[in-house]
Amino acid sequence: MHATAGARAGDGPSPGGPTIFERSRPGRRAWSLPDAGLAAPGIEELIPAEHRRAEPPALPEVSELELVRHYTRLSQENWAIDVGAYPLGSCSMKYNPKVAEDVAALPGFAGLHPLADDDLVQGALEVLGVLGEALCELTGMARLTFQPAAGAQGELTGLLIMRAYHLARGDVRKRVIVPDSAHGTNPASVTLAGWKAQEVPSDTRGLVDLSALEELLDDDVAGLMLTNPNTLGLFERDIKRIAAAVHEAGGLLYYDGANFNSIVGKVRPGDMGFDVVHMNLHKTFATPHGGGGPGSGPLAVTEELERYLPAPVLAWSEPAGRWRWDNDRPHSIGRIHSWHGNFGIDLRAYVYLRSLGPEGLKRVAERAVLNANYLKTLIEGAFPIAYPGTCMHEFVSTAKGLKPHGVRAMDVAKRLIDHGFHPPTVYFPLVVEEALMVEPTETESRETLDELAAAFNAVAAEAATDPAALHRAPTSTPVRRPDEAKAARHLKLRWTPDDSSNT
Amino acid sequence: MDFSPHTPEDIAGMLEVIGLGNLEDLFESIPEGVRLDRELDVPGALSEPELVDHLSGLAARSRGAGELVCFAGGGVYDHHIPSAVKALASRAEFATSYTPYQAELSQGILQSLYEFQSLVCSLYGMEVANASLYDGANAVVEAVNLSVRSTQRERVAIGATVHPHYRDVLKTYTAGLGLDIITAPFDPAAGIVDWDEVDVEGCAALVLAYPNIFGGLEDVRGAAEKAHGAGALAVVAADPTAMGVLEAPGVMGADIAVGEGGALATSPAYGGPYVGLFATKSPFVRQVPGRISGETTDADGRRAFVLTLQAREQHIRRAKATSNVCTNQTLLAVATAVHLAWLGPHGLRRLGEVCARRTAFAALRLGEIPGCALRFEGPRFKELVLETPVDGGELATRLAGRGFLAGPGLGRWWPELANCLLVAVTERRTEDHILAFAEAIEKELAEL
Repeated sequence: MHATAGARAGDGPSPGGPTIFERSRPGRRAWSLPDAGLAAPGIEELIPAEHRRAEPPALPEVSELELVRHYTRLSQENWAIDVGAYPLGSCSMKYNPKVAEDVAALPGFAGLHPLADDDLVQGALEVLGVLGEALCELTGMARLTFQPAAGAQGELTGLLIMRAYHLARGDVRKRVIVPDSAHGTNPASVTLAGWKAQEVPSDTRGLVDLSALEELLDDDVAGLMLTNPNTLGLFERDIKRIAAAVHEAGGLLYYDGANFNSIVGKVRPGDMGFDVVHMNLHKTFATPHGGGGPGSGPLAVTEELERYLPAPVLAWSEPAGRWRWDNDRPHSIGRIHSWHGNFGIDLRAYVYLRSLGPEGLKRVAERAVLNANYLKTLIEGAFPIAYPGTCMHEFVSTAKGLKPHGVRAMDVAKRLIDHGFHPPTVYFPLVVEEALMVEPTETESRETLDELAAAFNAVAAEAATDPAALHRAPTSTPVRRPDEAKAARHLKLRWTPDDSSNT
Repeated sequence: MDFSPHTPEDIAGMLEVIGLGNLEDLFESIPEGVRLDRELDVPGALSEPELVDHLSGLAARSRGAGELVCFAGGGVYDHHIPSAVKALASRAEFATSYTPYQAELSQGILQSLYEFQSLVCSLYGMEVANASLYDGANAVVEAVNLSVRSTQRERVAIGATVHPHYRDVLKTYTAGLGLDIITAPFDPAAGIVDWDEVDVEGCAALVLAYPNIFGGLEDVRGAAEKAHGAGALAVVAADPTAMGVLEAPGVMGADIAVGEGGALATSPAYGGPYVGLFATKSPFVRQVPGRISGETTDADGRRAFVLTLQAREQHIRRAKATSNVCTNQTLLAVATAVHLAWLGPHGLRRLGEVCARRTAFAALRLGEIPGCALRFEGPRFKELVLETPVDGGELATRLAGRGFLAGPGLGRWWPELANCLLVAVTERRTEDHILAFAEAIEKELAEL
């Protein structure tokens, strides 16, 4: 869809059309299920009155066609990678290969029960085993767990492993250091792990301020969480010194893999000195992000920390020539997921890995960084780069130059929509004023980047000549600038039967 | 394969625009000493046909619900996923979209999530639901964390009949927070929690499952009363597929209802991705973890949906957020919404009736097997526990040889229930399946 495709006339007050509840008419149905059809007692006999539902849930009653049209129409009011460029910084919105969807639907994967005996699931375990070995090779780690369902759960898992490591040494530590440019999940995960997050500032280069870090380091510090390249798209050049300083203080180094796409095959977190690494397979390994999930956040560690991984851990047993889940893990921090993590996503990541091979993986990083630097060069005149120089897979521009025209980064973002693009991430990282964080990814073509740059530059020019056009934007979408303050003040978080008057 | 579009001319031309000589120059900021100076040691690339052959071969080395007749349960069940659910949830406009931060380009996901939240509230008798969590275990953890924040207490009582994996995850997650988690044992005859066995004074929450791990029906009203009497919140992990026939937790006094929605969203898929359901009462709305879609109006007065109450979340509140969750399970939430709308109130009731009645039929038939007996008395939904003369896990393994996916054996979690086999009966299991399963168990026992 182009951004205009969602706009329709004649739908009344709600551009999205009625909710599924407002489409409901008593007596319609999409469902098709068997009768119990056997000699068993009725439900009244089986479920005592005190357990039986008195009032049925207020679910809608619609025909299957109405159901299909409703959600098809909603899907058409959604931007997606398959629709157009999606240059959201730190999100690696790249093409998601279609073949992975066919593979995930194979009954030999889709039908597997997570409690089945290992012998019944050797194919699935082979996928996890080979993918796990490859991810350890890519990160320079010894072993991993697939349990974390997303990056933030990987972070908590890693922090709990760090905690177990320190405790095993009789070492009670209290703080974890995170850069001021870090993703919000980092400090939130630190709190959840029972520690206090402490910020280390960025220096004038946009990198961790090494002397500030050294001042913070003491024997209360459990470790440092770092994204490298960082959220400014800059590689932390001092990483060896940072690692040495943290280790010197008895801390551990945590690698947030959100930006791993830019360094695959070029440099490995383990070689930089990191002890714990999470990857976001829904970013680097091209699995569909699903409107906000599912992801997969496998967590890899050094040999020294391996014993603390969540149980069970996948193991190859040589004499039998088979994969098995090893539950005999006395030092494990325990389980972090109901089952083995988001297997279906890991499977898609395996498909991606096998599609590319070692050469292809290296091309990913090269072309992601090439695309980012190309786009940066084309727009930095209009949107200066916060920290000039060669960037990695993303860069952070600032729109503060447009402030005299009364134009903010959000206005730029909204106007880009009218040019047929999804905007970049805005107002992040927090250390850059009026930030526009741009990550084109390696799967966009030069022509698309040229068009995207032209759109950025046109919007900047328009900011000077017709700022009102930016304030009005977007004008090509089904809705325009939804009132977020009203949404938070007058909470309306679910449909209730009283809403029928809206139809 | 290669998914990037760059021709050699593109690369040369782009480097020229940037002002660099070659691709390696792009990486000059990486210090020499740490760069990887060798080829990656990972498996070689495959073309698409080779890839499909390779993975079909791996899939053929696994045997799941497609090939074996599935009576396996313990938190994951062989339910029918309607074709409409699969077709709609796999639409690329949903599947390949990102978190709906730009509302104008995300009305489809935002409205779908709003509908999902409404449906979850309705199922559970609650007033506010979030846009999903990772899985059932994670939803229990977040419910406990909300309870701890709201009550400023650090003690939590959880029923032994809550899924053992959920209890493990709760213990793991809260290790750093120093919570005191006490487990209320189950009555050995009834297979439901005996809350009188634990002191719930000073607890932030009482946590129970409905139905529980054995398929039994806990006294939710009694537990909620006990919780409230002690100033604690009542947290109920309820199976959404049961909500057409079983009373909603919210109606029975629960303050927070959570659940594993995977059964409505997807095939078993070796345990994920599934979807954690989370719903509570209005007073706790500002303590809810994760994303919430809310209704508002746009600049022209039209109805619109946005992510709301974001000040609770990690990207705004950072270290003080209600949770660290960012990426959730949105696509599965959309699938769940589609499935619930496909079912409607009558379909959901039918689903529950068929599961309960066929389970009852299985209970009658399996209970007749010589040497076997039903382990727990009392009403049950979708699952039963069969006590056999042999190890339950070993029996399950042997039944695979007869074409059945069974288990788990409960010795995996309770040594005293080593001879017990958990049996799940969904709407997909017919009378013939049940009779054949009983016969297979009889034959297996005769041979042992």
